[in-house]
Amino acid sequence: MKKWNELVPGAIILDAGNAVQFKTGSWRAFRPQWTEENCIHCLFCWIYCPDMAVKTEDGKMTGFDYDYCKGCGICARECPGKKGKKAIVMVEEGK
Amino acid sequence: MPKPVAVTGNEAVANALRQVNPDVCAAYPITPQTDMMQRFASFVSNGQVDTEIILVESEHSAMSACIGAAAAGGRVITATSSQGLALMWEMLFIAAGDSLPIIMPVVNRALSAPLNIHGDHSDAMGARDSGWIQLWSENAQEAYDNTIQAFRIGEHPEIRLPVMINMDGFIISHSIETMEYLEDEVVKSFVGEYQDAYPLLDLKKPKSYGPLILPDLYHEYKRLQHEIMGRVKNVVLNVAEEFEKISGRKYGLFETYRLEDAEVALVILGSAAGTAKDVVDAVRDKGIKAGLLKPRLFRPFPYEEVAQALEHLKAVCVMDRADSFGGYGPVFLEVSSALYQNGKGPALINKIYGLGGRDFLPEHAEAVFNELNEIASGGSIKTIKEYIGVRQ
Repeated sequence: MKKWNELVPGAIILDAGNAVQFKTGSWRAFRPQWTEENCIHCLFCWIYCPDMAVKTEDGKMTGFDYDYCKGCGICARECPGKKGKKAIVMVEEGK
Repeated sequence: MPKPVAVTGNEAVANALRQVNPDVCAAYPITPQTDMMQRFASFVSNGQVDTEIILVESEHSAMSACIGAAAAGGRVITATSSQGLALMWEMLFIAAGDSLPIIMPVVNRALSAPLNIHGDHSDAMGARDSGWIQLWSENAQEAYDNTIQAFRIGEHPEIRLPVMINMDGFIISHSIETMEYLEDEVVKSFVGEYQDAYPLLDLKKPKSYGPLILPDLYHEYKRLQHEIMGRVKNVVLNVAEEFEKISGRKYGLFETYRLEDAEVALVILGSAAGTAKDVVDAVRDKGIKAGLLKPRLFRPFPYEEVAQALEHLKAVCVMDRADSFGGYGPVFLEVSSALYQNGKGPALINKIYGLGGRDFLPEHAEAVFNELNEIASGGSIKTIKEYIGVRQ
């Protein structure tokens, strides 16, 4: 841990992108669960995610990064699904 | 050579801000500050400054906009009074905690309730612990000079803190006084171009302001803030020395008046110090060895220097134009602490005067000097804290 005289005045963070060092997934009470067969890869989940917890590859949804997903549920709320079936639903942690 | 002009304190400070030509100003009108920002807004409209003026819906928003603009890298100003300063409350601490050198004239006014628009120091004294540097002014000339120096103090690379320039509502802000402006070019070169150390708008070096800091580091950040405040005194003195070269006017951490050979003295802030100096002369003619100390830098408070300036006296009255209900007046608390740590010093009393714009009259000061003279001659202190000029 840094000593007081090693800190930047104003608590300004000068190292860009260091949020990756802080794994915040343990805050989660509900986890998003992805069902691939209901997914149309619209990427609404990816664009709405307030963190960067939706993983994609070649423009397609591939799953969640649970190290950072705090379980807010926005992805599940926005997911249009396929034929009335959601591709993302929230399930309680530990169940 | 600068020519003497007859102007109000608001006009003087608005002109100081015009000469500095800041990048951004976000302000909301409140008596008695309104006329200062109105004048500044006309400088913007007339193209006399390049400042981006942001009209906001409250002082909370004004300070929030200033914080954003300062973090972006701009030289930023605002101004307020009383309830406006109170509404800025949480943002004041953020401006200081984020290390943003925002410059803010505060035209001191009483706080509600009861509602009152006139001058006293309750507003700024309440903001004492917000982490802002506080300079206090006796008249329009000092308010103007302090405003110009505030940019150099707050923006100093070793400081980078916001500064309040205090001036008494109406008494300084609206009274017409004789003073001198510096030439525009002289002010411009004195304050120089502002280079922010960590501008958000420097996109090649991305950074974050305002992070969440938990118990593992918060204590350390506050220790650092304490350290930086400790550097302010020297910077204030160095800037004052440079300012004397361009203006011929001398400033320090405080001003003393006939204090060296005095036995009794007043410690008094702001415009009332002018009245009190006249009374020092008058009671000296009657044989009382009177003097005066007028604080200029109130935050950080120069404890050692004030104690050294007062230690030889027999009795001192600290005059407060604000009350801390259930406590002593705010200036008294500081002077009392300074003298206790000094180990020796005069008998000390505290008078609360001039609240809500009540006039501070020469006879008030004279009565205090008579009381101090009695204490100095072996009399006892009857009441430590007392209201004066009050009907009873």
